[in-house]
Amino acid sequence: MARKRTTTRIVVSTVSAWVVGFIFFFPILWMILTSFKTELDAFSIPPKFLFFHWTTENYATVQERSNYVHHALNSVILAGGSTLIALLIAVPAAYAMAFSPTKRTRGTLMWMLSTKMMPPVGVLVPIYLLFRDFNLLDSRIGLIAVLCLGNLPIVIWMLFTYFKEIPKDILEAARMDGATIGKEMVYILMPMAVPGIASTLLLNVILAWNEAFWTLNLTTSTAAPLTVFIASYSSPEGLFWAKLSAASTLAIAPILIIGWFSQKQLVRGLTFGAVK
Amino acid sequence: MKPLYAALLGAASLVAVSQASAQTTLTIATVNNGDMVRMQGLTDDFTKKNPDINVKWVTLEENVLRQRVTTDIATKGGQFDVLTIGTYEIPIWAKQSWLVPLDKLPADYDVNDILPKIRAAVSYKDTLYAAPFYGESSMTMYRKDLFEKAGLTMPEQPTWDFIFDAAKKITDKSTETYGICLRGKAGWGENMAFLTAMSNSYGARWFDEKWQPQFNTPEWKATLTDYVKVMKEAGPPGASSNGFNENLALFDAGKCGIWIDATVAASFISDPKQSKVADKVGFAPAPTKGLGKTAAWLWAWNLAIPAGSKKVDAAEKFIAWATSKDYLKLVADKEGWANVPPGTRTSLYNNPEYQKAAPFAAQTLQAINSADPDHPTVKPVPYTGVQYAAIPEFQGIGTTVGQQFSAALSGSKSVDAALEAAQASTEREMKRSGYPK
Repeated sequence: MARKRTTTRIVVSTVSAWVVGFIFFFPILWMILTSFKTELDAFSIPPKFLFFHWTTENYATVQERSNYVHHALNSVILAGGSTLIALLIAVPAAYAMAFSPTKRTRGTLMWMLSTKMMPPVGVLVPIYLLFRDFNLLDSRIGLIAVLCLGNLPIVIWMLFTYFKEIPKDILEAARMDGATIGKEMVYILMPMAVPGIASTLLLNVILAWNEAFWTLNLTTSTAAPLTVFIASYSSPEGLFWAKLSAASTLAIAPILIIGWFSQKQLVRGLTFGAVK
Repeated sequence: MKPLYAALLGAASLVAVSQASAQTTLTIATVNNGDMVRMQGLTDDFTKKNPDINVKWVTLEENVLRQRVTTDIATKGGQFDVLTIGTYEIPIWAKQSWLVPLDKLPADYDVNDILPKIRAAVSYKDTLYAAPFYGESSMTMYRKDLFEKAGLTMPEQPTWDFIFDAAKKITDKSTETYGICLRGKAGWGENMAFLTAMSNSYGARWFDEKWQPQFNTPEWKATLTDYVKVMKEAGPPGASSNGFNENLALFDAGKCGIWIDATVAASFISDPKQSKVADKVGFAPAPTKGLGKTAAWLWAWNLAIPAGSKKVDAAEKFIAWATSKDYLKLVADKEGWANVPPGTRTSLYNNPEYQKAAPFAAQTLQAINSADPDHPTVKPVPYTGVQYAAIPEFQGIGTTVGQQFSAALSGSKSVDAALEAAQASTEREMKRSGYPK
């Protein structure tokens, strides 16, 4: 009996996990399906699920009208660049706050987080003016700086939480053996915090990849990433759902694939500490 | 290391200098509408005629574009050389000196050929600040087969009473055929464009001569009551989230009997590639209430040069190319006369080939000519604009009022409550902005 109940439980939990997973995935699936429809099918009521006239025409139109590779490359540079710089700054910062806390550490952390509470549009004009004066409008360097600074509080917070989980004694032992701070960070701390750093890195890449406010407002064409590419397919006059879906599918494809392959790291990192 | 740096720097500056002297690169911001996309496809024609000019396109969604362009122009960022803007922005931006006046257009451009109403809409104090790329008004589009089945004949100038009556007669909810589809989605350019134009024909106005909001008048009450009533009786379900595109999809799928909207829709619903009812469509002017004004609006998408641009001459060349008679001919040669951007030039409407290819041409012209941005409604108003008031505050207050009216349509608010809220919010916003100015 006990065994049977376990089987039932496994079946029920598996089925419900699949159902929940499917519900989460459904919008993406719907977008992918819509990208293969004609504009009229995309709008049809009741909606057509699988039995419609399949076409790759939308992808052809998108390829013809925009330079996907240019935008995708910009997305990779912006997401990668801003993440790397953010990590370079955040690792020492989180190290200092996790292992040598002072009475101001908590306040500093809260202050960093508070910068995320302001709506970005509130500083749009000052940032725009700075960018104009420093000739940074529509430049990758400028955008990397903004994305990096925007995500820095989250990166520091995440790393701080992971580092807090690492026993201070291990670092002290290394120090006793004569390790410098640099060596301590590179050889002792980093290997132990790899899951945490990896998930921080991935999360930051995703955040930077999806960032749509600054990337839309500070670029025109040279530095424009995939968010600008998607925004060009929404139309006030005329049907556009299928073409927009094709553009969006192309835009999320790289990040979806990266996410798929690194999900183990991501889950491990996000639950780091909780399972200890 | 030092010589290497110097060499690199030298090479880089050489490349930069040679590029700068040979090529001017224009950055053009535009919306993703069919006519604009077609223009992008034809850019080669322009660059062939002007080998020293390169063109970079930035296509964005309308609201994103408006925000993006406004930021750039207000800070004189100089990121764009040519902008696509609506008739709403022109008088406001021209007044702020944000636009370069177009006074150096070539002689063969023939400014006098531009339709007078459209020309007035793109001018400020009699100076041209933008060149119209395509213009539109609104009209009544209907299903001839459904009218015939119900024993109805569309009059030459329909009245609102006729439209309401016909909509009820055509409606057959069992086959999902709805008598009338009208905009319901909240937004100054969505439901408020339609409702403001409708209210003009009812004799209502946004403000009196002293900038006092007028939502507490019987004219507005009649407009909103009739609109909500007919949409409840003969409109599609969930109409409060329908904008232009949603109604276009409904009409294309054969679910609407009557649709009153932008004239640009005519070419979509007559296109057999996307419309199931392409051969059954009829056109009539926008309805009237017998007070001397119809519900026709006036809008144009235009090309303008922002004051921050450093390439004004090249930009003006591009604008002259894209809005010229030759451009119309170029589109006609490549894609047929039916795909020519409409509503800007008198010569186009006198062209027999265009008349043949676009059965809606005469209605469009009549609709554009009947709209008067300076005298949009029966009583005098202090603002210009037919389906909007051309003041900077209008986007905000128009959308707030639109949300109230959308709520009245969905039934979550009564007509009276929606009008009261609209009056209160508009009064507050106008007072805060310091009107009367």
